Amino acid sequence: MKNTTKTILLAGVGGQGILRASDILSMALMASGFDVKKSEVHGMAQRGGCVTSHVRYGEKVYSPIAKKGSVDILLSFEKLETLRYLNYMKPGARIILNEEELFPPSVNLGEADYPKDVVETTKKYFKNILSINATALAFQAGNIRTANTVMIGVVSRYMDVTLKTWGEILNDAFPKKLIAVNMTAFELGRSA
Amino acid sequence: MKIIMSGNEAIARGAYECGATFASGYPGTPSTEILEEFAKYEGVYAEWSPNEKVGLEVAIGAAMAGARAMAVMKHVGVNVAADPLFTASYTGTNGALVIITADDPSLHSSQNEQDNRNYAKFAKIPMLEPSDSEEARIFIKKAFEISETFDTPVFLRTTTRVSHSKSIVEPEEPVKPEKRVVERLDPSKYVMVPFNARNRRIVVEERTKKLQKYAETFSENRLEWNDRKAGIITAGMTYNYAKDVFPAYSYLKLGMVHPLPEGLIREFARGVRKLYVVEELDPFIEEHIRAMGIKVVGKSVFPYTNEFDPGVVEESIKGRPVRSVGPQNLNIPPRPPNLCPGCPHRGLFYVLGKMKVFVTGDIGCYTLSFMKPLEGLHSCICMGASIGTAHGISKALREKGKGKVVGVLGDSTFIHSGITSLLNTAYNKSDVVIIIADNSTTAMTGMQHHPGTGTTLQGNMTATLDFEILAKGLGIESIRIIDPYDLKNTRSVMKEELSRPGPSLVISRAPCVLLLSKTTLRKKTFRIDEEKCTGCKACLGLGCPPISWHRFPEGSERTVPGKTKKQEGMATIDSAFCTGCTLCQQLCGFKAIVESGEVS
Repeated sequence: MKNTTKTILLAGVGGQGILRASDILSMALMASGFDVKKSEVHGMAQRGGCVTSHVRYGEKVYSPIAKKGSVDILLSFEKLETLRYLNYMKPGARIILNEEELFPPSVNLGEADYPKDVVETTKKYFKNILSINATALAFQAGNIRTANTVMIGVVSRYMDVTLKTWGEILNDAFPKKLIAVNMTAFELGRSA
Repeated sequence: MKIIMSGNEAIARGAYECGATFASGYPGTPSTEILEEFAKYEGVYAEWSPNEKVGLEVAIGAAMAGARAMAVMKHVGVNVAADPLFTASYTGTNGALVIITADDPSLHSSQNEQDNRNYAKFAKIPMLEPSDSEEARIFIKKAFEISETFDTPVFLRTTTRVSHSKSIVEPEEPVKPEKRVVERLDPSKYVMVPFNARNRRIVVEERTKKLQKYAETFSENRLEWNDRKAGIITAGMTYNYAKDVFPAYSYLKLGMVHPLPEGLIREFARGVRKLYVVEELDPFIEEHIRAMGIKVVGKSVFPYTNEFDPGVVEESIKGRPVRSVGPQNLNIPPRPPNLCPGCPHRGLFYVLGKMKVFVTGDIGCYTLSFMKPLEGLHSCICMGASIGTAHGISKALREKGKGKVVGVLGDSTFIHSGITSLLNTAYNKSDVVIIIADNSTTAMTGMQHHPGTGTTLQGNMTATLDFEILAKGLGIESIRIIDPYDLKNTRSVMKEELSRPGPSLVISRAPCVLLLSKTTLRKKTFRIDEEKCTGCKACLGLGCPPISWHRFPEGSERTVPGKTKKQEGMATIDSAFCTGCTLCQQLCGFKAIVESGEVS
């Protein structure tokens, strides 16, 4: 009775569309026949704090949150937030990070420095790192607010979900006039 | 059909499916979405009541009239509703009454971490506890059935993880329960004077005995025999955490946490070599099992505080930390929540933070202004406590407290439980200035309507509470209205009111920025004129997210414009997030903050 549940941990800052992205991942996984659970904390997160969402899938998922040292993929929407969750990652985990930097208050106030060596620090522990500029790709897609769809595109490469299913899920997830730009953002992410 | 739903959405769905037609409550994380979602179903009535006590009372009435009614609140809301709760246990319900208590282990968005399972025992009311969304949908139906069968209010308890996690649900078509009509209320059952209540007291104990018997065969109290080396008794979300890391152990999974099925517990305890109770917060189940004379491992290895996760369960049972290859102690700048850019509270609390006064605070977004750099609020106890505590401070300090005591609370919080305490300041005359930070919504929980907004939960136009007329009626003589975006006027009104004897009320009125459309908001945005900024950091005192301060690279320092002093850095404004509220411009002594696009 080995636990075969897989976990994707989405991390970033309130306002980056992380909860929406994790909803879309969950729907795609359910449509692909997996049991799915996902969890985040609402409430004060709306006001600029850290946001995380665990998406867990497999044959039968019990806990909606993963224990430390067990997450398969980290999908980090903000550069320094990557570091905050490295202790959740399992040995050999895959780290996907967006190069966007959003300054926390202590950095804004000149009391702390924004860490300069996020990728180097991460590399000390995990070899499998993909650093992309999702914000630039979203701009290229035609709408800067599609950065979270770019991130979905990137992580889609490592999920057992067919392109056909992705197409259906994305088609249902957005209002009509935003479908095309999100499809482009997804493809740019998938081939990044 | 399968749908992914949060626990809260699933509770609303289940209630709708089993014919609940009535729900009431007051917003509070993590419970809020239950009522919001339920209100959308066809043919139901749902209301935001001014507070949880009223919410429960109207649900009691609806149940008396024969409806399947639901009262929804967060854990601390049950404290507010406790008075009717304990006596509704005596009267019973006629129809069905389910009270949802959404607890918040880890205090994600609460002022305390109370374990409301204790209320079930205390008020002698059965309590069900689902562990995921599908169970939430099913359990709420069972709760309504138990309520009708045993003529008792029933608790459904969630925790934040159950309320806000999403998992797969298979919705069913709604059914209409048989209508229970009431012709006349039986006074011996519903008039709780001592004579009648003494009799009902006995009924309650008999009911508990029946429920104990029912619990033994209740379908959601489930034995899962497996490896008998170790057995785990658990309920709610912790069941999932334990199954995640110890799938091979045997389980007694309790769907009902009060009353407990003693027969099942004994059977399970006999069948396993080592018995654990896995429960967050209080040793509620553990103490009961101990009192039965059964040896069990619980809080001797598990934490009392915070929510668990699979790692906590594994570490506690194995007695060693979970393996993790990642770094454990990186020095990462924290990212605490902050008031939004353009928030109307920022100007008010900036002014208060600069005055030498006690500011008693309350529950709302504005509570965040206790933090640096605003530091404009010095206490927060519970909904409405700002006014009472301010009054108490003023009375205790007597002459010394004159002109020194301010109490602040939001509009929704004032309506919830500030009205009677404002009456108290007028009646017992204290030298306080009470401020209602009126942003025309219940912002913290996500923009819910209240009696001051003129709209109901289900979107109907209605009467609007007038704070000024209300305060006048309560006996407050001095009432002032201020615009918190005007720092100078805010400061001078506060000074005037603080120097006046007797209580006064200041209404700081400006809508929450999240209520405003982007076009109204960003008529103009601001930027720093690099030639004029002296790097003095005055604007940083607002703690406004778009404003930051950057040190000049070594070697490129300059002298302050027009001075000989060395300048080490400069402020910048991220115009993408600036809402144009003008507060920073009012603070800048060097005219260095200018409208974006403006040529200086």
